[in-house]
Amino acid sequence: MSIILDKVNYVYSEKTAYEAQALKDINLQIKDGEFIGIIGHTGSGKSTLIQHLNGLLRASSGGIYYNGRDIYEDDYDKKQLRSKVGLVFQYPEHQLFDATIFSDVCFGPRNLGLSRKDAELRAFSALRSAGLPEKYWYRSPFELSGGQKRRAAIAGVLAMRPEVLILDEPTAGLDPKGRDEILGQVAAMHHELNITVILVSHSMEDVANYVGRIIVLGQGSVLMDGTPREVFSQYQELEKVGLAAPQVTYLMHELREHGIPADVEATTLQEAKGCILQLFAERRKNRDRE
Amino acid sequence: MIRDITIGQYYPSGSILHRLDPRVKLMGTLAYVLSLFMFRGIVGFAAATLGLIALVKLSKVPFGYMVKGLKAIMVVLVITAIFNLLLTPGEPLVSFWAFRVTQEGIKNAGFMVVRLSYLVLGSSVLTLTTTPNQLTDGMEKSLRPLNKIGVPVHEVSMIMSIALRFIPILIEETDKIMKAQLARGADFESGNLVKRIRAMIPLLVPLFISAFRRANDLALAMEARCYNGGEGRTKMKPLIYGKRDMVAYLVEAGYFAGIILLRRVALPWQG
Repeated sequence: MSIILDKVNYVYSEKTAYEAQALKDINLQIKDGEFIGIIGHTGSGKSTLIQHLNGLLRASSGGIYYNGRDIYEDDYDKKQLRSKVGLVFQYPEHQLFDATIFSDVCFGPRNLGLSRKDAELRAFSALRSAGLPEKYWYRSPFELSGGQKRRAAIAGVLAMRPEVLILDEPTAGLDPKGRDEILGQVAAMHHELNITVILVSHSMEDVANYVGRIIVLGQGSVLMDGTPREVFSQYQELEKVGLAAPQVTYLMHELREHGIPADVEATTLQEAKGCILQLFAERRKNRDRE
Repeated sequence: MIRDITIGQYYPSGSILHRLDPRVKLMGTLAYVLSLFMFRGIVGFAAATLGLIALVKLSKVPFGYMVKGLKAIMVVLVITAIFNLLLTPGEPLVSFWAFRVTQEGIKNAGFMVVRLSYLVLGSSVLTLTTTPNQLTDGMEKSLRPLNKIGVPVHEVSMIMSIALRFIPILIEETDKIMKAQLARGADFESGNLVKRIRAMIPLLVPLFISAFRRANDLALAMEARCYNGGEGRTKMKPLIYGKRDMVAYLVEAGYFAGIILLRRVALPWQG
């Protein structure tokens, strides 16, 4: 079971002065249970791409298959698709509307035709999975902080019990603490709910710590697709498309250039820290021996 | 979907119409709209059509793009046509129930549809070739004399330019909110009227909140830059007439005079 994109092209405002090709021949396969980071510069087509995955945008050409079925078939149930491929947009302000967070989270499941009771049960577990403290549940969405709003928005999509959860820039506008909390929560959801998670970001640091696969987009095409280690090892190419590998990668490469056998494949702060401390320990040992 | 609205949208193609002074274009649009309700008979109609074709060609905006704007007034067009068709007194051709379709009715309906669509197309040439800023600048300057009788011309045109500036922003915002709710299984397109109106709530609440927030931010930004109304305010790009604009005025005057003259011309078969 998976999502397959076959030569997907998308052109904005076709046949006008504003015409722009947003996606070019995208071929991708997204397997169940993966944790993927989609990375690209502003305007690289990230947001356009993810809106294809749940059928909000229709490809100008090419095909998309969800669990083996063509989503462009005439009798394909788009509502069902959108409940299975949950998409959380960048700004929670665009979706929160109801009087309380709780009733807002019920909106999704109610749209799926569930009874009030079932919808509420789902809302409970979704809010809990999203890590929103219970004291906020019955408040107005507009009283919450940015980070809490984001959790509420994620819960609103989680309540539909998606098999794939896509988050568009979930950390934009959050402070470092809020960012780490949200990303940690997302990682926990991936683990506990056993769902596929796709994280869209332009920050390598954000995704390096969590994802198992990185897809780099540039000018509407897939430039790289691999594990964080594979992608970051091509840090020079990343720079060419206006991106950068995590700071750690640069540090390790620089150490290597100075003749210190640092592990250039470390992608997270933790790995780098371990490696550097180990190097120091070895050094001390050598010195003591002399 | 919602992006199909072309009235009030600028289309950059760098044509000669784009480079004209906005005051010329405003005057021209006014003359054209007046002429649409003044022409009589097939000759005047031909002149108005030629005028429109010339405008569209000169603007270099794809005609198909312009026609999309007509979709928005389709309902109005159809209703006008039906009323004219059924309620014009005269020689009955077909009659059923309480209605009579008359020869005059058919003629009236036809001309009314033509007039309204030309009206929309003609004025969309203005907005497609003029940026909202130019448009309000032109309006402000043309209406300046009204200042003397206490009309706050600058303030009104500032309000207009802000309103126009916000149309595309709010359209984009609506699009985003719609998508966010569609992603949660919202349905804006099916069900009866009550259901559809209820379906608008998840769209309208975030939209209003965002509009208010933006208005607030804008007011703050304007105050921070010491905006205090029109008094003593100068323009970065003051409007100055060029040779091209004078020629355009002449063409407009010629067209308008032509339409008035054509009212007197009767083709032989019209008696």
